[in-house]
Amino acid sequence: MPERARASRRLNAAAAILEATAQCMDADSSVFLMGEGVADPKGIFGTTLGLVDRFGPDRVIEMPVAENGLTGIAIGAALMGRRPVMVHQRVDFALLALEQLLNNAAKTHFVTNGVHKVPLTVRMIIGRGWGQGPEHSQVFDSVFAHVPGLKVVMPSTPYEAKGMMVAAIRDDNPVIILEHRWMHYAEGEVPLQLYETPLIGPALVRQGDDLTIVASSYALLESIEAADHISEAGIHCDLFDLRIVRPLDLSLIIASVRRTGRLVIVDTGWKMFGVGAEIMAQVTEACFHDLKASPRRLGLPDHPTPSSRGLATTFYPTAQSLAETIAALIPEAAHRLAGPIKALENLRLSVPVDVPNPAFRVPF
Amino acid sequence: MHLSAHGHVTRFADRVEVISVSGDDSHWEDQLKSGWGTTRFFAAIEARKANSDLVLVDVMGAIVMSGKSQQQGLGAIVDTYAGRARNDDLGNDVSLALYKDMLRNRRIEEEIARRYTDQEMRCPVHLSIGQEAVSAGVCLALDRQDQIVSTHRAHAHYLSKGGDLKAMLAEFHGKASGCCGGRGGSMHIFDVPAGVLLSLPIVGSGIPVAAGAALAMKQRAEPHVAVAFLGDAAVEEGVFHEAANFAVLHSLPVIFVCENNLYSVYTPLKTRQPDLPLERLGRCHGMPSITADGNDAEAVLAVTRSAVARARAGDGPSFLVFDTYRWLEHCGPNYDNDIGYRTPAEFEAWRGRDPLSRMEEHLRNNGILDAGKIAALEADIDSEIDIAFKFALESPLPGPGEVNVYA
Ligand SMILES: Cc1ncc(C[n+]2csc(CCOP(=O)(O)OP(=O)(O)O)c2C)c(N)n1
Ligand SMILES: [Mg+2]
Repeated sequence: MPERARASRRLNAAAAILEATAQCMDADSSVFLMGEGVADPKGIFGTTLGLVDRFGPDRVIEMPVAENGLTGIAIGAALMGRRPVMVHQRVDFALLALEQLLNNAAKTHFVTNGVHKVPLTVRMIIGRGWGQGPEHSQVFDSVFAHVPGLKVVMPSTPYEAKGMMVAAIRDDNPVIILEHRWMHYAEGEVPLQLYETPLIGPALVRQGDDLTIVASSYALLESIEAADHISEAGIHCDLFDLRIVRPLDLSLIIASVRRTGRLVIVDTGWKMFGVGAEIMAQVTEACFHDLKASPRRLGLPDHPTPSSRGLATTFYPTAQSLAETIAALIPEAAHRLAGPIKALENLRLSVPVDVPNPAFRVPF
Repeated sequence: MHLSAHGHVTRFADRVEVISVSGDDSHWEDQLKSGWGTTRFFAAIEARKANSDLVLVDVMGAIVMSGKSQQQGLGAIVDTYAGRARNDDLGNDVSLALYKDMLRNRRIEEEIARRYTDQEMRCPVHLSIGQEAVSAGVCLALDRQDQIVSTHRAHAHYLSKGGDLKAMLAEFHGKASGCCGGRGGSMHIFDVPAGVLLSLPIVGSGIPVAAGAALAMKQRAEPHVAVAFLGDAAVEEGVFHEAANFAVLHSLPVIFVCENNLYSVYTPLKTRQPDLPLERLGRCHGMPSITADGNDAEAVLAVTRSAVARARAGDGPSFLVFDTYRWLEHCGPNYDNDIGYRTPAEFEAWRGRDPLSRMEEHLRNNGILDAGKIAALEADIDSEIDIAFKFALESPLPGPGEVNVYA
């Protein structure tokens, strides 16, 4: 990871994304933005606020509600050397653009035998909470990650949100940024300068020998909370921020599991056919004989997201459910983990289930 | 000034019917009668003096085009809309160029059909035999840097725009020397130097891509245009309307060229769409839209030229519908008039309007072509085709595992 510049300050991820976009547009006149709401008074949860005043309506294009057509238009412009950035306020809206994304964006470099490039960035926001319901809160990381030719990235901190955004815009491939709405509120140190973080490989965010945890996006924030609580009970984990779902580079994770012998993956999306399933398959293939226990996955249960907070209480994996899973994986530590689990439960009960955890405003 | 008229002109009928002309500008009647060329023109024309703007209104009362200023005058607007004013505007060189292009495409595709059963071209082929006037006329109106995006039926578009014949045939043969290195087959052919940006086999999929190329041209203030080729089925896809809406909204230099061959595979237009003129679909988005004889290369060229001029001037997109007919089966080298989805009589009627023989007759009548000259042209083309097939057959297959997934 590039060295963090001295000039940095605390920002939330929404402000970090806005800054990344503005700096990229300043640095490269071929970058332009399109999306439903990019020029409106709310500016995509603040992530595009003020850009239209600065760069004008030709570079900050308020787009008709026509996701597939406009994705095709962005691809055409990208083929001609422009660097479009498209934003969808919900990943669910991008479903209408699957034809263009999965066919033309993903395959044109391949089908033209490397002649054409599609330097397209598509931000898709993963909603959650406040009763968003089944069609405003999906994740679809494994859907996009299924397709060769796309890059799929999931930032989980303001630092990564800015660094990945810059890297995505500069990348010559179509990059899908799955951006968690609750991550927008997370605060952390963000360098002032223009920097990128690499679009390959996970990042180790906690170190330990007892087990390996892999999490992405908002699930990472829950996992950090769990890891920090169980470490007080003497259980130390390697915690990886998966960061990049495609191309999937599991070499660091495989090396870690060889050492720890235990693996838990926390998906932001559905557990069934989720990214965790692919990670578990690859890790198991690579280190079957090093495993001390069967790897475990946490993720969303096998039904659509309900709107009511009454129905959502057990829907999302939490720091507590992760700690409970770890206790089951390491039976000899179960009694030691009872305290941290109780503490995590109390923390969870202190915050409504349908709003972001205010504790996640800490440096990461 | 008030004028209304109804014109129906075909190059071969050379006839204009003016239903009514009123107001003090009745001299337009003469101008209309003197023929504005080869373009089939079904719309009634009305020019109104409203806020110094001249307006053309079609039979359904929709505005099809409005003049920028009074100075432009009705005649200029009519000429722009209808393509051109006179038969002889194009000149014999142009007619000959159109003929050569159609002859070449015809003979290339006939040779593909002939050799297809050898099973060396192991991919689907969608032939354009019978439809050659469209690609010839459209592409002659374009410059090399102008971009086209084609469909599953891409061969003629690619070749007329200047795409490399060897690279195309090698691609059909799955060879490493193919334009896609064997990754695409016949439905993905492209040629960057020739301005064949992409061909895409998903119906409608290339339409917004062409509009996006036009957006890039506009953003860079380049004087180029993009053409989206599409079939009569592609206007049934939502993405056509999404692209059309955006193109009009942003005055993009893109031309939507709808090749109406009356069928989507085996399904006729009339079971898929109401019996209304296709061109209304462009007009409802607010762009100039016209139907012309797609088996008349000169008409296609004339109409496309006016659309290109409009796009280059920054006045935005146009929708051009060219009526034509596919002679062979939807996909493959055979005639299939016997299987029941269309009648041999319908096919014969369209073959009677063969774009190639019509142009040949026109050039013979004008003393430009004779049997000897035609034989010489054919011999040149055939030797080019032979060399290209030889190249394709002799090129090696790509090795397994050599793929470019990421840039
Ligand atoms: C989205 C999509 N649906 C269906 C098909 C199957 N298909 C291939 S060609 C074709 C016919 C398209 O007709 P038209 O656009 O009129 O072009 P033509 O074949 O007549 O040139 C169809 C339906 C496809 N390729 N893509
Ligand atoms: Mg058709």
